[in-house]
Amino acid sequence: MNQDQYRILSRRFDRRDGHKLEAYEADGGYRALKRAVGELGAPAVREEVKASGLRGRGGAGFPAGVKWGFVPQGAETVYFMVNADESEPGTFKDRYLLDYDPHAVIEGSAISSFAVGAKLCVIYIRGEFGWLVDRVQKAVDEAYAAGYLGQGAFGGAYELEMIVHKGAGAYICGEETGLINSVTGQKGQPNIKPPFPAVSGFLGQPTIVNNVETVAAVPWILEHGAAAYRKFGTEKSPGTKLFSVSGPVRRPGVHEIPLGLPFREFFTDWLGGMADGEELKAVIMGGSSVPVLTAAEAMETALDYESLAAAGTMLGSGGMIVIPARCDMVELIQVLMHFYWDESCGQCTPCREGTGWLHRIVKRLRRGEGAPEDLALLERVCDGMAGLTICPLADAAVMPMRSFLQRFRPEFEALAAGRRTIEPDSRWAREIRS
Amino acid sequence: MSVPVEDGTGFGLGEQDAARFAGILARYPTRRSALMPTLWLIQDRDGHISDAAVAWTAAQLELSEAKVREVVSFYAMYRDRPQARHVLQVCHNISCHILGAQPLLARLEGKLGVRRGEATPDGEFALEGVECLGACGMGPCLQLGKHLYEHLTPEKADALVDGLRRGDPPRPDTDRDLEA
Ligand SMILES: Cc1cc2nc3c(=O)[nH]c(=O)nc-3n(C[C@H](O)[C@H](O)[C@H](O)COP(=O)(O)O)c2cc1C
Ligand code: SF4
Ligand code: FES
Repeated sequence: MNQDQYRILSRRFDRRDGHKLEAYEADGGYRALKRAVGELGAPAVREEVKASGLRGRGGAGFPAGVKWGFVPQGAETVYFMVNADESEPGTFKDRYLLDYDPHAVIEGSAISSFAVGAKLCVIYIRGEFGWLVDRVQKAVDEAYAAGYLGQGAFGGAYELEMIVHKGAGAYICGEETGLINSVTGQKGQPNIKPPFPAVSGFLGQPTIVNNVETVAAVPWILEHGAAAYRKFGTEKSPGTKLFSVSGPVRRPGVHEIPLGLPFREFFTDWLGGMADGEELKAVIMGGSSVPVLTAAEAMETALDYESLAAAGTMLGSGGMIVIPARCDMVELIQVLMHFYWDESCGQCTPCREGTGWLHRIVKRLRRGEGAPEDLALLERVCDGMAGLTICPLADAAVMPMRSFLQRFRPEFEALAAGRRTIEPDSRWAREIRS
Repeated sequence: MSVPVEDGTGFGLGEQDAARFAGILARYPTRRSALMPTLWLIQDRDGHISDAAVAWTAAQLELSEAKVREVVSFYAMYRDRPQARHVLQVCHNISCHILGAQPLLARLEGKLGVRRGEATPDGEFALEGVECLGACGMGPCLQLGKHLYEHLTPEKADALVDGLRRGDPPRPDTDRDLEA
């Protein structure tokens, strides 16, 4: 199969000059923005994106065009924010877009801002991507100089200011209201919804937050039309999607696939199977916050929103983590529970205390100090967290916890009874100290 | 917009940074929303955000010092005290863990003679375990300043420390040569 035919977002990933304005323009770049402003007008842009069925790539999969439609008619000040916080473990696809194709992100952000009537666009990049902040800022400067942004752009027809905002190391700033609060100059703690940001967000004004990959698809959709986009993917999951793949496979990295592709085919043809004689044990399909699948379950599913939901998991961010047979699942969940405990913003008791409990119980099990009742206790703590908090971070901890317990229960049971099922392989032997 | 270089809080920006600060204020819609970039400006220059810097920032942005401090302490990357010269931040999240982050950390602990979370007595190196750095497919990895070192092995980590000691570190993987 020719995998290149699916490259909408990753067209410039293997070019050394793809980040430059002249290379981007030579590929037809910024034509879609010119057409949006000069010919189509905002309502037509919104309609086209809605018709394409493009779903948000930040995790929840909400249709972008529909979300844009929530901005109240006639709103005077609207803000557009691009979520480049990308801190979900296993996820590094937006990084590729910002690195290899910053102008596609900038053009997509400008068109999206135009579509919702925003005059200020903020690209929020996680602080750990320090080199990328500089690279994207450079590209934004180029776009200003070329007259695509700023005062007087398009003969004054559409003047957009664009800020590259650098985060400072907080996973919770990826949650959209946390992100907005962070740009306001506050701690990045989420707010209760409603009101939804599309109605009342940054400085109390309507604010749309979209993921990097979502906006990067917009110029292509305008250039080729919604129908062309829908030729890829499935009815309910149209288009292509970037998957970032980590773990011991032959070809880890970022791969663009048509949605609906069977996992088995992706695993074999795109990833080349396992590397170094490793054996597949489990797969986390969409970033560390989604339920894990066993190898057998993974092999039977396809990579789109509906198939993955039917398989008991989610597409999420497309951060695929491939877990080899040598891994102790209790050890891996300890690593994840440490993460959620560390990153809880602390506002909600079920999340602040619950993540800490989950981490401590798993850690105790791994030290050999657990008891058989601990498994029921883990489940009870999960029950006390799920759906009971301001933002979904608590659920993001509960989903992996519950699924690890359910699908790899014997490993937990053995530890609780004081046995190890998986002897640490000497190559990887370690004591986690976290 | 004119910005006082020194405003009585005992903290001042040089001409160049004052111009940058004015640029930030001009771009952001409210003074308060300029807080994070202002803190970055200060930390990039001083390596950390001192008490005097907090007082200065609060005065400039018309915020209470408590609000500024709250932000400094909420975010993992702002530092309120001086740091070691080289802070090695090794990712210990899931993908890097699968690919060997723990043996890597253990090697660096041995090499530097410190445990994670500590700094060497000469203030040259600090070693930290951090959460996902967005290089999961290229793990295990380590952040040093603005850049990442990827596909690390214990041997490569040794060579990095030696290189830093000599003042001649290997090039980070994110520092691509961008001239076509
Ligand atoms: C804890 C948490 C972390 C999140 N992190 C990110 C992130 O890093 N990047 C992202 O685009 N969305 C993230 N989201 C989802 C955002 O809240 C939001 O749904 C998304 O940015 C909307 O963009 P989209 O509609 O284009 O997907 C996160 C959500 C939660 C609850
Ligand atoms: S669920 Fe957790 S992260 Fe989200 S607001 Fe509550 S405490 Fe903060
Ligand atoms: S898990 Fe280490 S960079 Fe993501």
